[in-house]
Amino acid sequence: MKVLRYLVPLAVFGVIVAFLAVGLNRDPREVPSPLIGKPAPVFQLAQLHAPDKKLGNADLRGQVWLLNVWASWCVSCRTEHPLLLELARAQVVPVVGLDYKDQPADGRKWLASNGDPYSVSIVDLDGRVGIDWGVYGVPETFVVDKQGIIRYKQIGPITAEALNDKILPLVRELQKS
Amino acid sequence: MIPELGHFALILALCVALAQGVLPVVGAWRNDAALMSVAKPAARLQFLLVAFAFGCLAYAFVTSDFSVQNVAQHSNSRLPVYYRFAATWGSHEGSLLLWMLMLSGWACAVTLFSRNLPRSVIARVLAVMGLIGVGFLAFLLFTSNPFARLTPAAPEGDDLNPLLQDPGMVIHPPMLYMGYVGFSVAFAFAIAALMAGRLDAVWARWSRPWTTIAWCFLTIGIALGSAWAYYTLGWGGWWFWDPVENASFLPWLTGTALIHSLAVTEKRGTFKSWTVLLAIVAFSLSLLGTFLVRSGVLTSVHAFASDPARGVFILMFLAIVVGGSLTLYAARARAVGGGASFGPISRESFLLANNILLVVAMASVLLGTLYPLIIDALNAGKISVGPPYFNAVFYPLTAPLVFLMALGPIAAWRNASLPDLWTRLKWALGVAVVTALLLPIALGRWSPLVAFGMFLALWVFVATVVTLVQRLRSAHHGTLMAKLRANSASWYGMLIAHVGIAVFIVGVTLVKGYEVERDLKMDVGQSVDVAGDTFTFRGTTPADGPNYSAEIGAFELSRNGKLLRTLKPEKRTYLVSGQPGTWAAIDTGLFGDRYISLGEPVTDAGAKGAWSVRIYVKPFVDWIWAGCFLMALGGFIAVADRRYRLAPKRKSAPAPVAVPSAAD
Repeated sequence: MKVLRYLVPLAVFGVIVAFLAVGLNRDPREVPSPLIGKPAPVFQLAQLHAPDKKLGNADLRGQVWLLNVWASWCVSCRTEHPLLLELARAQVVPVVGLDYKDQPADGRKWLASNGDPYSVSIVDLDGRVGIDWGVYGVPETFVVDKQGIIRYKQIGPITAEALNDKILPLVRELQKS
Repeated sequence: MIPELGHFALILALCVALAQGVLPVVGAWRNDAALMSVAKPAARLQFLLVAFAFGCLAYAFVTSDFSVQNVAQHSNSRLPVYYRFAATWGSHEGSLLLWMLMLSGWACAVTLFSRNLPRSVIARVLAVMGLIGVGFLAFLLFTSNPFARLTPAAPEGDDLNPLLQDPGMVIHPPMLYMGYVGFSVAFAFAIAALMAGRLDAVWARWSRPWTTIAWCFLTIGIALGSAWAYYTLGWGGWWFWDPVENASFLPWLTGTALIHSLAVTEKRGTFKSWTVLLAIVAFSLSLLGTFLVRSGVLTSVHAFASDPARGVFILMFLAIVVGGSLTLYAARARAVGGGASFGPISRESFLLANNILLVVAMASVLLGTLYPLIIDALNAGKISVGPPYFNAVFYPLTAPLVFLMALGPIAAWRNASLPDLWTRLKWALGVAVVTALLLPIALGRWSPLVAFGMFLALWVFVATVVTLVQRLRSAHHGTLMAKLRANSASWYGMLIAHVGIAVFIVGVTLVKGYEVERDLKMDVGQSVDVAGDTFTFRGTTPADGPNYSAEIGAFELSRNGKLLRTLKPEKRTYLVSGQPGTWAAIDTGLFGDRYISLGEPVTDAGAKGAWSVRIYVKPFVDWIWAGCFLMALGGFIAVADRRYRLAPKRKSAPAPVAVPSAAD
């Protein structure tokens, strides 16, 4: 019995580690965005490469599309940029870029030097559309379905896992329906 | 070039740490003096290499080298130079490097202050610290390289989180890490003792000063973090039971228990296996805290970029280090044996009660911290555990702890008698009870909780004074100075730390009992009376700082029609990140603070220059931190005790290896 007594701390620690290991695979920040399942907030913004032309929700209806929030001043955006370029090359789904609180000239220069994965980019100069969409950090990415309803939100840079395990399967499913 | 040198130094440090972690243990096992003597120079070299790497990173930050990704993400050229330097540890990678710097620094300190230790003990202690270093260096190099380059280089950096742009934040992390990492020394001593199968009073004497110093730094670190939260978060709170705060509080509670149980082991030879367990647990909780902060398993205000690969690495490291040491404990602790027996009423039993209460309090905080994770892991939903749980559990556990704290120092070792304690302390008890009952009336409003809190504080304070007076009286000869000198520094340190607790309790009790918090809208020229003081809003003026623009408010504070001073809270907007920053203006006083922070400008029609404003009156709030600093001061005084500097007595020391060392 006395031997067992000295094993108690080890046993308690074992239980804690088991829980921590399970906890590692969960994301405590994965609080579902209140916008998921709701119609995408209405917007009508000037295009980055054609400032006199505008783009709004109605232009995108009938297809599945992604909204990627980015900015030339955003360092984490560089992390996800190669994945977005790959996605653009594969031509699976149109990606709309929302250049968030950025000078259009800086944005154009940034895309020119890093590559442009976006089917179209729009400019949210004062961040108002970002507020409607509940953006609280750049980058963020939304999946919008054919009916214009937000289905998924990625907070922070897109990772290869998030893209292959969540975003792409969801996009394919939505495109079939 | 410089970042590559830093990177290279870290790789070298890893090689040195491997040598330091393996060779001396083999040497101690085979009684090979040459292998054992690797430990000291290796530990010193490792420190130099890590310090060099740290210097390289700091250089990259100070010179704004945005080709380093870490710098580009956490600094900005418009940041003042001292914050550029402090930004070195503002990121995940940088703070880990700081952690590693502290670890190698502590090991280096062990080599400098261990002349009297037998060579095999030093060899094992430094080897254990070397192995911990291997883990952290590998973690840095393989998952969190602070020197990773960014191509192409960013033209400008992302800026340091505005909340961290504060003098308190410059010193809070180093202090906290000194404490966290300092427990690695006590841990290494414990593991070394278990390896050698030798746990005795001498081991406890060696461990004590290291443990106490680490505890002092941890106390200061936690207090600074709390004070920082108070004046920068803009709503006057000083403790939030946030997971990361808890992560620092868990080792503190365990370390406090360890300090007391080491005292028993040194003086009486008892509690040995318990003490060694506490030493392991204290450092394990430091590691667990690292895991919780870095892995992103819990949500917290201290958000570091979380990355599953890092979480897996630290969890494995945690499992190896803690699992390994607890296995060693299970295998060896049985052989340790008990010490001298003691009666149910004795200083030992009071200290045992202290230990049990502290550990139970620690366990309840740990449970509350991990509970959301446990519930999520069991698929039972997402919950958060907040202050109501912690307050409901923590206060009832600490009240008896504090009550017993007054009895411990005055009770005799081995066997004390209750009637004797009653004779010695009845006046202290009477004074504490009566004053505690009357004081709330004098303060304006009687409340049972305030009376109870004040009773605990007064009881500790008066009993501590009585302990001092009776000790001095019992010495028959000599002047007062001679009598004062007759007691050890560690005894005075203990008294001061206990008074610190009393001061801390006064702060907590009176803030909780009598604070006044007003959230209101104020027009320019409007006055408001809060707790006997008049605050008049004189509008805001714009001002520019080096990397922010601000609105500075002016509030006249007057009492009985007499102007005392003008308070100037700021609302800042940091240019790069666009993040707001709230700088409260605080009129600090011995008996309390008057605290103003600006909310948002009110933009209703007709309201010209009006702002939403928070005005708080916080009685005795600074006593909270003063109490913490007294505790730390007590600890530092205790460490200065002469007996830690004397060579251990021949008869109780393990036989030293009879080979002269060229290194010393």
